[in-house]
Amino acid sequence: MFEILKKRDLTPVTKLFVVEAPLVARKARPGQFVIVRVTESGERIPLTIADYDAGAGTVTIVVQEVGLTSRLVGALGEGERILDFVGPLGRPAPLTDRGPVVLVGGGFGVAPIYPIAKVLKTKGVKVISIIGARTKDLLILEEEMRSVSDELLVATDDGSKGHKGFVTDVLKQLIESGREIEEVIAIGPMVMMRAVSRTTEPYKLRTLVSLDPIMVDGTGMCGACRCTVGGEVKFACVDGPIFDAHQVDFDEAVRRGHMYDAEQKLALAKLEVAATGGRGGCACGGGR
Amino acid sequence: MSDEAKRKPAKRPRAEMPCQDPAERVRNFNEVALGYDEELAVAEAERCLSCKDSKCRDGCPVDVDISGFIAKIRDRDFRGAYEAIKGTNSLPAICGRVCPQETQCEAKCLLGRKGEPIAIGRLERFAADWAMSQGKDRPADIKPNGRRVAIVGSGPAGLTCAGDLAKKGYEVTIFEALHAPGGVLVYGIPEFRLPKRIVAEEIDNLRALGVNIQCDVVVGRTITVDELFDEGYDAVFLGTGAGLPMFMNIPGETLNGVYSANEFLTRTNLMKAYLFPEWDTPIKVGRRVAVVGAGNVAMDSVRCAKRLGAEEAIIVYRRSEAEMPARLEEVHHAKEEGVIFHTLTNPVRILGDEKGWVCGLECLRMELGEPDDSGRRRPIPVKGSEFVLEVDTVVMALGTTPNPLVSQTTPGLEVNRWGCLVTRDEDGLTTRDLVWAAGDAVTGAATVILAMGGGKKAAAAIDRVLRG
Repeated sequence: MFEILKKRDLTPVTKLFVVEAPLVARKARPGQFVIVRVTESGERIPLTIADYDAGAGTVTIVVQEVGLTSRLVGALGEGERILDFVGPLGRPAPLTDRGPVVLVGGGFGVAPIYPIAKVLKTKGVKVISIIGARTKDLLILEEEMRSVSDELLVATDDGSKGHKGFVTDVLKQLIESGREIEEVIAIGPMVMMRAVSRTTEPYKLRTLVSLDPIMVDGTGMCGACRCTVGGEVKFACVDGPIFDAHQVDFDEAVRRGHMYDAEQKLALAKLEVAATGGRGGCACGGGR
Repeated sequence: MSDEAKRKPAKRPRAEMPCQDPAERVRNFNEVALGYDEELAVAEAERCLSCKDSKCRDGCPVDVDISGFIAKIRDRDFRGAYEAIKGTNSLPAICGRVCPQETQCEAKCLLGRKGEPIAIGRLERFAADWAMSQGKDRPADIKPNGRRVAIVGSGPAGLTCAGDLAKKGYEVTIFEALHAPGGVLVYGIPEFRLPKRIVAEEIDNLRALGVNIQCDVVVGRTITVDELFDEGYDAVFLGTGAGLPMFMNIPGETLNGVYSANEFLTRTNLMKAYLFPEWDTPIKVGRRVAVVGAGNVAMDSVRCAKRLGAEEAIIVYRRSEAEMPARLEEVHHAKEEGVIFHTLTNPVRILGDEKGWVCGLECLRMELGEPDDSGRRRPIPVKGSEFVLEVDTVVMALGTTPNPLVSQTTPGLEVNRWGCLVTRDEDGLTTRDLVWAAGDAVTGAATVILAMGGGKKAAAAIDRVLRG
């Protein structure tokens, strides 16, 4: 069992957890992920590692409450335990010694971008970060990102902070301005990563993305995470999750991500019923 | 019973295994074979000739004293029978259910020459189930010898190796990547063939021997083999299995609705998708399911599909029924349950609808030619015989290969061109000193009992070497 030492609400639906997991912390590298399960009857879901501290024996994860299991994780509090916390899984991000590197984080994708920035910074690589969200209240880890970036640019869809528009607008401006850029690493929603890939492709600018497909075991066993990269079928869990963006079949990845939408809806409805039942209380009179 | 039969029990046919009715069982995941009761078991045991020089034991990879335990069942000494089996087999309730006895012990039975061999597997299961019904095993009196062995993987090979070493006084820790121990016994073999309660009880018996099991540790990622030695383990046993699924590399394999058998079975068995939404892991089954392949894993998949509600569950196999690698009993059970068999049929393409979901499986008809390297007649495509099977789900059950996570992170650990660990001797010593391996990780996908036999040999070798 893996104790939650610290919890921070980054947004109403985005929670950060510092989890005691010494073995995972000792091995974790930027770009890797863990598989988490919170109840005996629960699903296994992958979550990207947002930070780690081998000395303290802790691993940080950030969860956006979108599906059933992410909501169950999000509802946990400090001092509570995560039933299963396995990792670090996947290949570490291949990090260059030559900058400048542009890091693009969208939504809760800023979380896995953070340890990449941190390591690049310690390697002395120049880091330009672009982070974005729909609106300023949904922007996460801004201060943390500022502390590990040489330059931090912000975009919000509604213009409530920084550039009004998408992270890809900012990225395009940066490229067009003629600034030297060695490579781009983008993590965020699949559609954002696809947009980043399309933005950099005409410039033949090396771009890496981290795919976040459906997984079960996370160790190469099931193949749920199959994706097509450069015309070949890869398993994101062992061959990735980081791939050359210009080789990724994003349309397929988006489509595969929706495989269980109907079931997800059903499971969430069940959760809602349970929650309402809890609030309404029973009729036994014990609460009078 | 007639007087004649009473005089010569050996001439009686073997006692039938009581089974759940096919029409009933396709609607549940409960065990299909219900097991002998005491009377059936004793009647079957009476058929045994108790040969002086019994051959059945030679057919057993873990050297169970078969005629000995059967004699004890005949004498109604069920505890004695159980203990006779446990002398060499730490997982009798599992072996009694999933061993291919017909090609091993039972194939050597003298009775089989003229009639039906003694039902060794069913009797083993009876003895093990009887003992379980009597409560937990007595904790064994074990003297610790102060040496530590790390076992990687909690499938049949690892569990057997762990049990044998624990009994000899070793401090044994099993590292398991998944959240529950058992390996293929829990993620692969379905509940209706091997109830998970049985696996859990056998594992509890090992824990009672002092075996420590650490789940959620992926050796090769969370910790490496070299780090295990750094932590003070004196030897390492690798029972990592063959967990990587194979695909056909035909167009359409990434469509929504295509599964590897590994994923299909893991969702169903380990994650209990058949209880969705009570349990959280979903599975897509659809109206018509095609399972490609005809081994035991394919039979397990197709029978799960049926139970998950598929109206039609179809086996698609490129050779004929005679070449099917699955146990006869599994094929027989599948047929009873209404599984459709398309033999001499080879998929060439999976078809998708406009939204990227599977809508068909394009196949070619095959005919059998000359025998190939495997000795089986080679299937040859019939020109122009393309046709489409309308299906919503395709499950690829083509076999598996060993997972490279351990070999890739252990310098000096060699694998062959199929990714199987290279062993230097019969006992499973790998190309690294003090590292042994057995089971599917060495042989490629094989049977539970062969893995157990390998785990047993390795345990004996580890003991010999560590005692010096």
